[in-house]
Amino acid sequence: MPKSLIKSGAVIDGYTIGECVHAGGMATLWTVTHPGIEAPLLMKVPRASEGEDPAAIVSFEMEMMILPRLAGPHVPHCYGTGDFARQAYAVIERIPGTTLYKRLPDLPLPYEEARLLVAKIAAALADLHRQNVIHHDIKPSSVMFRESGDAVLIDYGLSHHDHLPDLLQEEFRLPYGTAPYMAPERLLGVRDDPRSDLFSLGVLLYFFTTGERPFGEGETLRAMRRRLWRDPHPPRSLRADYPPWLQEVVLRCLEIEPVWRYPTATQLAFDLAHPDQVKLTARSERLKRDPLSVAWRRRFNPDVKQPRAKSDVAEQIASSPILAVALDTVEGTPELNEALRVTTERILATLPSARLACVNVLKLNRIAIDKTLDEQGSNKHIDRLVALRHWAAPLKLDESRLSVHVLEAVDPAAALLEFAEVNQVDHLIVGARQSSFRRTLLGSVSAKVAAEATSTVTVVRPPRMAAAKPGAGVVWG
Amino acid sequence: MLLAVFSDIHGNRQAFEACLRVARARAAERFILLGDFVGYGADPEWVVDTAMDLVAHGAIAVRGNHDEAVNTTSENMNNDAQIAIEWTRGRLDTAQRRFLAELPMLVEDGDRLFVHAEASSPKRWNYVRSTTDAAKSLIATPSHVTFCGHIHRPALYSMSVTAKMTSFVPKTDVPVQLLRGRQWLAVLGSVGQPRDGDPSASFVLFDTVSCQITYCRVPYDIASAANKIRENGLPPWLADRLSQGR
Repeated sequence: MPKSLIKSGAVIDGYTIGECVHAGGMATLWTVTHPGIEAPLLMKVPRASEGEDPAAIVSFEMEMMILPRLAGPHVPHCYGTGDFARQAYAVIERIPGTTLYKRLPDLPLPYEEARLLVAKIAAALADLHRQNVIHHDIKPSSVMFRESGDAVLIDYGLSHHDHLPDLLQEEFRLPYGTAPYMAPERLLGVRDDPRSDLFSLGVLLYFFTTGERPFGEGETLRAMRRRLWRDPHPPRSLRADYPPWLQEVVLRCLEIEPVWRYPTATQLAFDLAHPDQVKLTARSERLKRDPLSVAWRRRFNPDVKQPRAKSDVAEQIASSPILAVALDTVEGTPELNEALRVTTERILATLPSARLACVNVLKLNRIAIDKTLDEQGSNKHIDRLVALRHWAAPLKLDESRLSVHVLEAVDPAAALLEFAEVNQVDHLIVGARQSSFRRTLLGSVSAKVAAEATSTVTVVRPPRMAAAKPGAGVVWG
Repeated sequence: MLLAVFSDIHGNRQAFEACLRVARARAAERFILLGDFVGYGADPEWVVDTAMDLVAHGAIAVRGNHDEAVNTTSENMNNDAQIAIEWTRGRLDTAQRRFLAELPMLVEDGDRLFVHAEASSPKRWNYVRSTTDAAKSLIATPSHVTFCGHIHRPALYSMSVTAKMTSFVPKTDVPVQLLRGRQWLAVLGSVGQPRDGDPSASFVLFDTVSCQITYCRVPYDIASAANKIRENGLPPWLADRLSQGR
């Protein structure tokens, strides 16, 4: 291994080295400048000299493979990498500010603040998983925030890319990572399940809302293995005012079996964005851990400890999308609403982990001041929520997979598009308005949605009816 | 330079033609042929002539066990392979047979090594089936990247400086950078008789500057290749397996 060329003032591949801003166990960080790049830059250099931990080299190799492939606001932009043959480095954008680690003295945070914070991290994770990457080291010091509010995930040294060789596969005899945040299946050598990141995020949410780590700080293998069979103390046993919906979310993330957690980060983000829609189960009410007898049964149940069949990250995400169906419960014809239900049912039938958001737009008057109560004095908003649930009832969806939303807007198409964007909806189902008079007058909502949505859009029409022939002697009442 | 690497063509003209077309369209500058030009398929003459022409224009070619069997009597081939080789022997002229007989067992080109089977003892025609086999191959050579075929199933192995192995089934059309800090073994799928469940022809592109490897799959006219095998009275399974990719 050649001697490090990195020192203040040195120039390597056009990058002028500034000062060392961080010296960690695995790598050092330097400010650098480049004549062709305006953005503030950091150069990450692995500790790779003799006598250093070989893990530092391997995780840096992994990072060099993954970083240049990542894109979007939730990752640091990578400008270039240097090879181990001469000088290994990665130049990344310098994100201003500090990591979430700096917030540790403030814990526990107010519930609302923690909810918003973790929702942003979940959105960032969803974006990362869509790029076929599992982070595997989600913890406060891996999370930063842009001025825009977007969460940025940093440090990919332990990550797994589903389309690249996993260099950490056989590197370590023991699971490598940050003990308090590590998912139980990681202890069994499973590295290709994106739900491992949801477990870690659950640990972070638990910690940030209670001030305590759910599985302690134990670094020994024995201490870490306890999480394979021992569930954490329910947050409500630590804070009496802990919201049941929040406990539901936290404990679902911390399920021992990945299959009982949220199927995707997007679905977790959805629940955090709509706490009033979280389906409460027995999880939300628990005040104590499972009795020891149950935990011991888990401990000696070999099923739990079997590594599972390989799941493809992209496949898993694709099988758990968020669908949204836009319904006009007031003016939509029964035929159209029925056609929408049939189409929705067919799509759901192929996707057992999908969740469905039923959306109705309460059109606001552009000029007049709208009253919440209608002429009969009942609440329009609540009436429509009831109508949406009624429409969805025949679909017989589990409550945890269904949510209903009434949006109030002047422009229904814009409201639907915004809802789809904010909630990372994968597939939007809308009905085509039948009345040609209204469509001409108001413009077609479905056409605008289909043209401008970033997700897949299905436009539904009721079954074709034979047109009435003029003069055929039929008188329509 | 962009290399196009082909292995285990096995007398399948339709598959090889399709792969060459795609490789040229993707601006490959140099062709590498990892052996087993003949055996199983019904177009050995065309395949060997094409290989001779490519080599005359700068391609690298190495010998496979079927190429060797054309000129020797091999005892360890299965029945179908033996029938196909005997049929092939009768089809090739002297020049074609000599070309196969004179192919080198392995070729080193810069820090790359090209060989048909596991590289530690290429004449034994061992398969690379596992990380253990891959380690044996990588320890035997100083090359940064070794390319081999023989098993008809794509795989990508690496060995770190501390001799830790990784194994990976490459994704089609996703370039992977073969980092300099470790040794790599790229096992190619087969052009003419894929056995990984995907019937499309398989080859590899490798950029010697960026060290990026891309595994490619090419659909081809399987029906014609299979018909020709049947028409020539070769064992029917050799035709049937093409559409199954196994």
